[in-house]
Amino acid sequence: MDSDDEFHSGQSSDDFMIDDDSDTGLPEDDSDIDEVDIGFESQEKITKPGRKSYEVEFKVYSPQDIQSYQDKQIDEVSTILGQPPEITAILLRHMRWNKERLIEQYMDAQEQMLENVGLDQDIAGPPRIETKKNFMCDICCDDQPGLETFAMKCGHRFCVPCYKHYLSRKIKEEGEAARIRCPGEDCNRIVDSKSLDLLVATDLKERYQELLTRTYVDDKENLKWCPAPNCVYAVDCGVKQRDLLKIVPTVHCDCGHNFCFGCTLTDHQPAPCALVRKWLKKCEDDSETANWISANTKECPKCRSTIEKNGGCNHMTCRKCRHEFCWMCMGVWSEHGTSWYSCNRYEEKSGSDARDAQAKSRQSLERYLHYYNRYANHEQSAKLDKDIYIKTEKKMSQLQNSSGMSWIEVQFLEEASRALQQCRQTLKWTYAFAFYLARNNQTEIFEDNQKDLEMAVENLSEMFEKPVDQLAKLKVDMLDKTTYCNKRRVILLSDTADNLKAGKWEFNVELTG
Amino acid sequence: MALPKRIIKETERLMAEPVPGITAVPHEENLRYFDVTVDGPSQSPYEGGTFKLELFLPDDYPMTPPKVRFLTKIYHPNIDRLGRICLDVLKSNWSPALQIRTILLSIQALLGAPNPDDPLANDVAQRWKEDQNAAIQTAREWTAQYAKV
Repeated sequence: MDSDDEFHSGQSSDDFMIDDDSDTGLPEDDSDIDEVDIGFESQEKITKPGRKSYEVEFKVYSPQDIQSYQDKQIDEVSTILGQPPEITAILLRHMRWNKERLIEQYMDAQEQMLENVGLDQDIAGPPRIETKKNFMCDICCDDQPGLETFAMKCGHRFCVPCYKHYLSRKIKEEGEAARIRCPGEDCNRIVDSKSLDLLVATDLKERYQELLTRTYVDDKENLKWCPAPNCVYAVDCGVKQRDLLKIVPTVHCDCGHNFCFGCTLTDHQPAPCALVRKWLKKCEDDSETANWISANTKECPKCRSTIEKNGGCNHMTCRKCRHEFCWMCMGVWSEHGTSWYSCNRYEEKSGSDARDAQAKSRQSLERYLHYYNRYANHEQSAKLDKDIYIKTEKKMSQLQNSSGMSWIEVQFLEEASRALQQCRQTLKWTYAFAFYLARNNQTEIFEDNQKDLEMAVENLSEMFEKPVDQLAKLKVDMLDKTTYCNKRRVILLSDTADNLKAGKWEFNVELTG
Repeated sequence: MALPKRIIKETERLMAEPVPGITAVPHEENLRYFDVTVDGPSQSPYEGGTFKLELFLPDDYPMTPPKVRFLTKIYHPNIDRLGRICLDVLKSNWSPALQIRTILLSIQALLGAPNPDDPLANDVAQRWKEDQNAAIQTAREWTAQYAKV
């Protein structure tokens, strides 16, 4: 089409009116085809909408992309400021890549700005290595004639070996790149890339570039490195820190890792970041302790101190408040009369009151354990998914051999396994979410959604346990169940995301961004 | 390992033109290890005191800063109980062009200008902010008790 357009625009004379008319028919045809395409898409959208309410827009960049974006921005600003690229790069890094603010401030107070980054003197002429007469290096105190020296425009001159040593230390050991300063005392001048090129070895240059790219991503709020081990990609997403109470921005890196752009932890939808932080902290502090407390201790009916009975009789004296009670019935000891050491007074009032109070105070503990156990269970199952996945691959090849199915035909197993993993990850976090949820009209819907997803997941999971020879027959059933799981997940996530955005959830803790 | 020229030169200069109120003497068996004394600056709560410090030049000196520590007990928001010092030029703002003498002068200046907003000894800094007069009084008492020779 493009070439057609050019062709006609080149011959825009009245003589070709008729031709032009017939041509205008062509794009119409095109648009018809387009509409048909849209039709297909919209049909698909019924089952697979373009972007769901819990999804965010993002892009994945390779290191090369980042490098070229960086270079492009530097070039662009370089022309505006009328400064060479290496100076512009320093200025941009100084302003954390805020182009608009840089240009504004530069226009307002050029001198001031250059001085701030130590570029205030004349900036003409490339950096070069020189030998000076009667020179002594302030770093090593060497003063032999013919010593090679280097200084940037600030004039702090040192011998080349010292300068090199200094730079390689900064790059290699301190991991600095964008903000290496002149080694001179109190000098704020930043070593520019041209000077660096002149002084450091090739292998260090690579490291330097890598560090520069890293600071570029670190400096920009809309860029984050994928946290997966050995992954080199960065993700671009517009979600700001202040939005994180309203949205859970899960992004999908090209390496296959799903993570939250807000906190870079592994995907934790539907729970918002602040809640995840609280939950993880709580689990780290509490879960094992809570389990143990629940199993092995009771509380003093009077002062609520937690007591472990590690031997001896039922006559307890609280070490803290000196309250005397019976370990069996929790009642006051003095009411036991003479039936000591064999408590048969379960129905006595003081005892049952104490037990009620106990039950109440244990409720919050039990409540936490309820959610924690389910959370941990799904986490565990998600870990087992790795094994399942390996087994699945084996099953797939077995199935190909035994049933004569083609590779394409056994893909349903992989799809099912992936759905299972994803749904479990979601389910896991629904329990942390639910723990902090205060009851309101929405919670019941949420719990129903959670229950439906959980049932769907368990049903699908069960099918995986079936022997290989039955799997072929179960294909349709399994496909259905996979689709159903995914659908339930979409419903749950959409519902929670919508309510989160609308601020309809009430939490029993204060969430702060 | 032979002593680098830089260290020899610095030591020579410290001996030939000593800084008023500061002494730095290298150990005979280890020329990278210095016994240091710093006089408390006048008009500071440390006035009249002589503080002992130890200073060590690491292998990578002057690419890395010297290690300096107070040996005399001192009540100061930027110096902790072990005598460790919170001072920018000893850390991120170190430059290989700085020297032992400049560092010791910076430490002396720190005694004259405590910075409770960047504390190392939290309890001291807290007190310095809440009740400066009382804190200065304590610093004076400590000086009288520990830093008088």
